[in-house]
Amino acid sequence: MARMKFLCDAERCIECNGCVTACKNENEVPWGVNRRRVVTINDGVVGAEKSISVACMHCSDAPCMAVCPVDCFYRTEEGVVLHDKDLCIGCGYCFYACPFGAPQFPQAGAFGLRGKMDKCTFCAGGPEKDLSKEEFAKYGSNRLAQGKLPACAEMCSTKALLGGDGDVIADIYRQRVLKRGKGSEVWGWGTAYGKPEQKASPAGAKS
Amino acid sequence: MNKAGKVALACAALAVAVGLPACGEREQVIVYKQGKYQGKPDAKPWESDPSASLYTSSKWTAGDKTSWESAVKTRNLSQNEYNRVQ
Repeated sequence: MARMKFLCDAERCIECNGCVTACKNENEVPWGVNRRRVVTINDGVVGAEKSISVACMHCSDAPCMAVCPVDCFYRTEEGVVLHDKDLCIGCGYCFYACPFGAPQFPQAGAFGLRGKMDKCTFCAGGPEKDLSKEEFAKYGSNRLAQGKLPACAEMCSTKALLGGDGDVIADIYRQRVLKRGKGSEVWGWGTAYGKPEQKASPAGAKS
Repeated sequence: MNKAGKVALACAALAVAVGLPACGEREQVIVYKQGKYQGKPDAKPWESDPSASLYTSSKWTAGDKTSWESAVKTRNLSQNEYNRVQ
């Protein structure tokens, strides 16, 4: 297995927010925290409107890991970037470093109190006993330990959002692009997994 | 030494033995090693037993990474609808 990645096909995304709902439901994410969201550009412009589903991309060289002052981030063998909430101090450095706006902070209280960071875990839980109540309460569902893939990708009705082994999803996407003959841009892959000139992404990828 | 003295001495020895460890100081501040993950270790996904999962169709042997990877790959390939609609 290469490593786990997300890929969103802007030609297929219909901004239904099914992925957002699936994520919220699967992980019981609290109100105000959005691990995944759908971004639309050129909204309403015929022929130019594009939507993509954005969450933590589990970058190869994750900037959040680099800036964390308490080093609470780690990368699993499958390439998923996770963090230990027991160590997180909620400083927000990761939020400023992340090019995808993935880190989320629960807000509570009248003075802008910022809680511990929460982000997409690729449905891989966190550093607690797998499939335990503690893991679910802190990090949400651990679907990888159940032999499943992230709920957002598996629930996507148009299969615009692909999640899983980078090689497999890149092959699926390549086949798709060849069939339709357009829309080869893989948004975010250059930023998350390396520059296009480093050949870390399929042909035609844009950052 | 009379009996009362022996008892008092034994009590004092016990109090010292039990009491002194309470004076010990545990490290309460984490010493950070720059650039190294400081948190708890995490289990690998393939270490869990498939029977512990809810509603999963994936089958693998607990602890066997290769079988888990093949189960996940099967699931991954099902995201390609060209395989389903020929």
